[in-house]
Amino acid sequence: MLDDAMLETLRRRAFDLRLDSLNAVAAAESGHPGGTLSAIDLLQALYFVEMKHRPKEPHWPERDRFVLSKGHAAPALYSVLAHAGYFSTDLLPSLRRLGSPLQGHPVNFLLPGVEASTGSPGQGLSVAVGMALAAKLDGSAARIYTLIGDGESQQGQIWEAALCAPKYALDNLCVILDHHDARKPLAERWRAFDFDVRTIDGHDYQQIAGAFDAARAAQGKPALIVAETVEGKGVSFMENQRASDGVAPNKEQLAQAIAELRAAQPEPA
Amino acid sequence: MGATARPGAGTTGTSVATRDAFDEALARLGETHPEIVVLDAELAESTPGTGFAQRFPSRFFRMGRAEANLIGVAAGLSLMGKLPFCCARAGSVAGRFDQIKMSVCYSATDVRIVGSHAGVGIGEDGYARMGLEDVALMRALPTMAVIQPADDLETAGAVEYLVTHRGPAYLRTTRQKLERLNTDRYRFEFGKGVTLVDGKDLTIVASGGTTSGAVQAAELLAKDGVSARVINIHTIKPIDVDLLVKAARETKRLVTVEDHQVTGGLGGAVCEALAERAPVRLRRHGIPDVFGESGSPAALFRKFKLDATGIASVARALLDR
Repeated sequence: MLDDAMLETLRRRAFDLRLDSLNAVAAAESGHPGGTLSAIDLLQALYFVEMKHRPKEPHWPERDRFVLSKGHAAPALYSVLAHAGYFSTDLLPSLRRLGSPLQGHPVNFLLPGVEASTGSPGQGLSVAVGMALAAKLDGSAARIYTLIGDGESQQGQIWEAALCAPKYALDNLCVILDHHDARKPLAERWRAFDFDVRTIDGHDYQQIAGAFDAARAAQGKPALIVAETVEGKGVSFMENQRASDGVAPNKEQLAQAIAELRAAQPEPA
Repeated sequence: MGATARPGAGTTGTSVATRDAFDEALARLGETHPEIVVLDAELAESTPGTGFAQRFPSRFFRMGRAEANLIGVAAGLSLMGKLPFCCARAGSVAGRFDQIKMSVCYSATDVRIVGSHAGVGIGEDGYARMGLEDVALMRALPTMAVIQPADDLETAGAVEYLVTHRGPAYLRTTRQKLERLNTDRYRFEFGKGVTLVDGKDLTIVASGGTTSGAVQAAELLAKDGVSARVINIHTIKPIDVDLLVKAARETKRLVTVEDHQVTGGLGGAVCEALAERAPVRLRRHGIPDVFGESGSPAALFRKFKLDATGIASVARALLDR
């Protein structure tokens, strides 16, 4: 259980992360705000609650690994990594600019903290399976996390990986599905592939942390967390607007989005 | 003037499929390199029982016919410090181009992709199972090295080299046995072409399964008084530009020979290199932008003029032009 002080810190940082992500996408005049905002709470929970990692020592061998399979949520990952201390938040506005290490989709050899280059849908899960297999071979306690999206769940490679991970009993692997397309009920399919499956509210930090605890306790099976999320979470005109993902907010929209996010902030204690 | 073979060049009577030579070499290296792991796309059943799988079962992964996932898993293993060799059919694995591009190359891994069953040399299975465009695909990827050994000793040398190479690599091997061209003293040098036969009238640039045929073609041509140089290009990327330029300048005519489409393979690579540095009369010889088909390997090599007689006839035609 997360205590009240921790919850308060996470909620306040979630505001900063959303603000920084939206500012970066708006400055770049391109990107995927919907799929970015849906993933921010999950990513914050990973990097600030769940994973063992050392931002000042990004190659620490014992670290847990995270692969952003849904690479188009890059601004969310960049904001979380910057706030965690991997690099300065000053870099965030350079998103998608020529020469910036903050490429439109994450590139591992350009930015500390990015474990694999992703952005072509459906590939990150296989990479995470390989990492989990290596950790098992080495008897390492490192855990491997990956965030996959609804869209890429249509890729055949996702289901090749889904067949593979249980075969090697990769209970050090935790797959998080950022799920906001109700037309695709996926939990039963993952259960049928022999994953340890639970469904949570992907914006509720208490539930997210609880699901990570349960995944860590699962023996002999990889875990899959169906995180029910809201695309564009926190900004009324982006929420559940499939058409708006892939379109950056203009100046007026950005101002409105920031105003909405600020209004939703808890009162200072 | 007749062709003068370098010591050790020419056929020696020993012949081994390079995919088998690969497995033997890897099993040997597995002892001293615990980081080596092997991912197999259902090829193990058709390889001998003395290889890596039997010696190191915990480091051998049967991934089934799921090559896209296999490639991604290999990338993940490499990012954790393992040295993965992916064993799959050249035709199937090169088709997972996007996985190789993103998860292997763009993620800066050290994955080795071993495409076996190269070319029409597989014979009866026909075009569906022939890797005929794999070199073109792999060569197009930034950071990817492309190696195609011509015999078992070169395969062993290449595999040994690949243990230390940094960055991704593609190794193309054959199902059919290849006659040994090198001696036990052979040293594999990455990126360096090997002059197997010296000559001055034209150069035959060969690679992989066509190389012994090229050496025999030079012997046939010598009987006609034609002095043919034979260069074995085992490293197609990065290619040995200096050796090719020297051959172009000295012999004025070149024939490239490969069991692969002439578009984008060895022929493409040689043309690209020479067009910029030493334009020369050149013939790209291989599969001429057509599909492969079923037949015995020998019949197919005859049909596509990849045997000694065929290669010699293509060389003669170039001389007559």
